[in-house]
Amino acid sequence: MPRSLRGIFIMTQRVLVGMSGGVDSSMSAALLKEQGYDVIGITLKLYDYAELNFEPPDGGCCTIDLINDARLVCDRLGIPHYVIDLKRAFEQNVIENFIDSYSQGRTPNPCINCNRFIKWGEMLKTADKLGCDLVATGHYARVIEDKSGVRLLKAVDTSKDQSYALWGIPLEALKRTILPIGNFTKAEIREKARKCGFRNADRPDSQEICFVPAGDYAAIIAQRRKDDRSLQPGPIYDVRGHEIGEHRGYAYFTIGQRKGFGIAEGVPLYVTRINPDDRSITVGTRDHLFARRFSLSDINLLIKPEELPDEVEIKIRYRHGGARGRVELMGKGAMVMFDRPERAITPGQSAVFYDGERVLGGGIIDQIIETPGK
Amino acid sequence: MRNIYLDHNATTPVHPEVLEAMLPYFSRKFGNASSMHCSGREAKAALEDARADCARILECKDSEIVFTSGGTESDNYAVKGAAFANRHRGKHVITSPIEHHAISVSCEFLQKEGFGVTYLPVDSQGIVDPDELRKALRPDTTLVTIMHANNETGVIQDIRELVRVSHEAGVLFHTDAVQTTGKIPYSISELGCDLLSISAHKLYGPKGVGLLFIKSGTKIQTWNQGGGHERGRRAGTENVAGVIGLSKALEIAARDMEKETTKLNSMTNRFYQMLKERVPDIRINGSLEKRVPNTLNISFRGVEGEAMILSLDLKGISVSSGSACTSGATNASHVLVAMGVPGELAHGSVRFSFGRSNSEEDIEYVVDVLAPEVQRLRNISPLYTKSGN
Repeated sequence: MPRSLRGIFIMTQRVLVGMSGGVDSSMSAALLKEQGYDVIGITLKLYDYAELNFEPPDGGCCTIDLINDARLVCDRLGIPHYVIDLKRAFEQNVIENFIDSYSQGRTPNPCINCNRFIKWGEMLKTADKLGCDLVATGHYARVIEDKSGVRLLKAVDTSKDQSYALWGIPLEALKRTILPIGNFTKAEIREKARKCGFRNADRPDSQEICFVPAGDYAAIIAQRRKDDRSLQPGPIYDVRGHEIGEHRGYAYFTIGQRKGFGIAEGVPLYVTRINPDDRSITVGTRDHLFARRFSLSDINLLIKPEELPDEVEIKIRYRHGGARGRVELMGKGAMVMFDRPERAITPGQSAVFYDGERVLGGGIIDQIIETPGK
Repeated sequence: MRNIYLDHNATTPVHPEVLEAMLPYFSRKFGNASSMHCSGREAKAALEDARADCARILECKDSEIVFTSGGTESDNYAVKGAAFANRHRGKHVITSPIEHHAISVSCEFLQKEGFGVTYLPVDSQGIVDPDELRKALRPDTTLVTIMHANNETGVIQDIRELVRVSHEAGVLFHTDAVQTTGKIPYSISELGCDLLSISAHKLYGPKGVGLLFIKSGTKIQTWNQGGGHERGRRAGTENVAGVIGLSKALEIAARDMEKETTKLNSMTNRFYQMLKERVPDIRINGSLEKRVPNTLNISFRGVEGEAMILSLDLKGISVSSGSACTSGATNASHVLVAMGVPGELAHGSVRFSFGRSNSEEDIEYVVDVLAPEVQRLRNISPLYTKSGN
């Protein structure tokens, strides 16, 4: 145990690091160890490719290879490593919700629920059981705590920033969170990993939704609910409500999508609306994709409600650059109004509020209020 | 930090005498036992001497011993080999629901190959009733496989009686003796079984070696094909050093049996008594009497076994919840479920398996660490309300 200059024992804080076996979470553990924390590595077993009936992609999450990589890293760092089975919780909180969302004609982002309920839910419970004060992951974002409280910030490397996916962390859980990776660029992290001799230092980044191999999310839906209405054919309407064709199932579409409905028109057509009630999709021109107002549900704030500024920066997709607008809180929901119309506001995706680099909160996009286009 | 290993049913350290006996066979006496020249003959002689030692200690014939890579291979060989070699007589196998995966997964394989498999019930003490076996036997039954002692609970089956029932019906009997060998005195001739599996690393021998006893005249299909090693029953250059280690480990186990048994009995009893005094709401799983002396399986009400194991590991104490598994599965133990242990308690079970390295002092230390850990985990457990429900 380290001592202060006066010879008093300094209590080291114990931190539980969620480790996928990838380079970022490995370095997260290494950095924390270097900083003097009492570090425990944990790999969350969230699903089994064999049970999902999929061939695991190379380096796929939760495979035995990646679990072993995490274990090897911990062994090298001289810290304990455990694997905990959260398959059931992941199934209930993430996969089921993912399918429900598609079934409701939405386009979900399952990482949000995974972070909210699994990493900052179940993993935090495990932290309690193991006597850990803190939890950490390999996310590119930062948590800063000072007299004014705890703040979630974008990563220093804005090209890798993952703060968008972290808005759902409960504030109480954020207070117990460290994200050491957010202070570095990806290149720096890889360089550090090489210096540590980690064999995953140069492994390519994972891109897709972890439990959806090859991006084929319809296969996941079909496998669990093969008769789901979202996979049955339905009509294609134009913006005036005329039926102009048939599609193979609305789950295959998202707002703003340009391909896949097999209609040749003079101008490019985009999906502007998905209506699960009559299984229809509506297509229109690019102009019809723009809207200003939408409602949000499942709000989570990382500030006190009264601290919410009149105007904030709002991101409506992981890759969205952000746009200025106003948020009006209403209980667990909110109404959002962009200053200018934004393209393809998509129900099921998250809207995240920023003040500069600080994440203020977010919610799930529920409904576009304003009729798109004119 | 003090490290205390209480997981001897998973594996044991190699006994120094075993290591010493093995060492020459990695270097100076490196010969291939199949070679005709002097270094081959030297290896062959050592191998056969070891086989004779094993046979003497286990009370069977030399020719009835086939050396394998360990318990899992022996189990696979016995179950699949006997079932396939006798399939012209019938395609029905009887087993129990508490077997090691080496047996249960082999039985599932047989099912996929068109065999029928019957799983006998076990009672709340974890014991198979010979009458249940009698009832399950069919004209097309060719093999019964029931473990000698269970790896999770340590509960011992009445193999002699089960063998008698099987033999009355002319059915072969296999037992997985991986968890009894070296822990309780037995002889193969007395048990009467036709097939018996042993693994060296559970009795202070090396990993990667074991044996299968195959009674003379027992029909069994060979799986490892190649050279004529082991009388054509298991091809592959013999692991001479490993076999020497196995025979030495058996010799030491036989030599020290009485002393070790007394010590382990007193340690486990003391541990359980101390635990009962310090920690309320615990229960022992499986028979306390018909049990190998080193194993205690205890449920802590309101606490997940997994949380206990991890917390104790962080305090330097190694225990486990069942079979060693690193892939993170946390289903309730199939053994405890088969015994009718309620789900919550089955999830809250921890296996303590003592061994040579443990001392009476360890016990006090473990109880001192364990009692407050249980209390701490119960304090944060939504499942635990004091005293019972």
